[in-house]
Amino acid sequence: MPYTSDKPENAETSEQLRARIPGWGADLDPADRPAVPRERFDPSATGAWWDIPEQQPEKFPRERSIEHARLTPVFGTAAPPKGVSGAIRRFAYKRYSEGRAAHWLLLVAADRVDSAGSRLSGKMLLPTVREKHPIASRRGNRVDVRHQALDPIVVAAPWMLAGGLAYVLARSIVRHRAS
Amino acid sequence: MRAMVYRGPYRVRAEEKDRPAIEHPNDAIVRVTRAAICGSDLHLYHGLMPDTRIGTTFGHEFVGVVDEVGPSVRNLQVGDRVMVPFNIFCGTCYFCARGLYSNCHNVNPNATAVGGIYGYSHTSGGYDGGQAEYVRVPLADAGPSLIPDWLDEDDAVLLTDALATGYFGAQLGDIAEGDVVVVLGAGPVGLYAAKSAWLMGAGRVIVVDHLDYRLRKAAEFAHAETCNFAEYDDIVVHLKKITGHLGADVVIDAVGAEADGNLTQHVTSAKLKLQGGSPVALNWAIDSVRKGGTISVMGAYGPLFSAVKFGDAMNKGLTLRMNQCPVKRQWPRLFEHIKNGYLKPSDIVTHRIPLEHIAEGYHIFSSKLDGCIKPLIVF
Repeated sequence: MPYTSDKPENAETSEQLRARIPGWGADLDPADRPAVPRERFDPSATGAWWDIPEQQPEKFPRERSIEHARLTPVFGTAAPPKGVSGAIRRFAYKRYSEGRAAHWLLLVAADRVDSAGSRLSGKMLLPTVREKHPIASRRGNRVDVRHQALDPIVVAAPWMLAGGLAYVLARSIVRHRAS
Repeated sequence: MRAMVYRGPYRVRAEEKDRPAIEHPNDAIVRVTRAAICGSDLHLYHGLMPDTRIGTTFGHEFVGVVDEVGPSVRNLQVGDRVMVPFNIFCGTCYFCARGLYSNCHNVNPNATAVGGIYGYSHTSGGYDGGQAEYVRVPLADAGPSLIPDWLDEDDAVLLTDALATGYFGAQLGDIAEGDVVVVLGAGPVGLYAAKSAWLMGAGRVIVVDHLDYRLRKAAEFAHAETCNFAEYDDIVVHLKKITGHLGADVVIDAVGAEADGNLTQHVTSAKLKLQGGSPVALNWAIDSVRKGGTISVMGAYGPLFSAVKFGDAMNKGLTLRMNQCPVKRQWPRLFEHIKNGYLKPSDIVTHRIPLEHIAEGYHIFSSKLDGCIKPLIVF
């Protein structure tokens, strides 16, 4: 009990655990643990032979965090920014540091724009997914089953909201012209 | 080539895509022979990680054969069988020189807070991943290692992230002999963390989840006591009761951004994306660890803010330790443990999915169907 100085005893002693569990205590000495100490100076440990890697050619203007002093020597080129989502991403990188919520919220918004664009660009056809044991797998004390009823609302709400806004906008334009 | 391609939240498929090219003199192109879907890939799949662009390929757990090398590559040759850590790193920047390979400063222009990770959004550098027939491996002299002849390919692919991360998580707990260790989450990383806690001399290991089939695996694979939190009104009170009301010495969060167990937290983060992650597990860790105890965070969270109970952590004098795992640093010791028979990583593999069925693989893993714990992708 924490109300006295004693620590509660475990059900099994170290000797019993060593006998029952393969490898018990093999890394008992922190000196055997590869992540200890956390920082260990050894620049030659990995096989790298450079002081700093050569600069990768920049074939398109590569967006970067304004917290960086320079473009990093190596970078990914998986999906250069393009279209409306690309403009939002470039702005998020150019204007806001990683410390600002606006930076991340703009990137999340760009993701949604990108995703909507993908749906509209005719790449909607996706393979049908066959459920593996759809009912039996979901039995038991699974807390995720309890909020699955919310999923259709969460998925449909942004579309309904966007549709509603579009309708209101269109109606106001029509009325404005009529008057 | 064929590759997994992201088309939006909950929408992925196998598509035809250009084979990657050498873009830097120290690049290699690896033909992937085995890959895996990681629990953290699900954060991307669910649209939770900012700057996840349509058309990118996920996958940071893979092994393969070197197919092409850039002109400055010295340590690898075409035909070598290699295992590739999920971290992309230079080996010589301020952080890498000190062993913090996961915090490399030379590979990710998009963010200074994150290192480079294969197939993990532009927030992690904008690299395509290994759930494809071929993948670009930058800085090939620093990252990959040859797969030892005695090591099975299934075990090798699990060393590229899941096992190394679980083992690292147990180390960050600073476990001392006889410590009571609670592991939140019985996914692959949680199972490996629980197993590794014994290697460090834990006196008791308790695994918490809400999926009975995973808890059965925790008991069998990791010799752990188990708790299904859905069976208790308040899991923190239960954990206090079974630890003599003291609390655990160490709690490991192996859940991360999409933790279930609190409707508000789950819906505002996993569903509405208004938080960087649902900190249910982290808050349970803060509340169930003893005063002066240690929390190790292995679960992945997004860069946005999360509603963490920081006041309790401060008042209890906790030590919170966390990082993405510097994988290559763990390998020599993990090789010894596998050789000695202490660890058999592939014991948790439940599904082998052809790349063409990748959409089904993500759905099964995401929805926790068919007893899924760890799906591998076979080529």
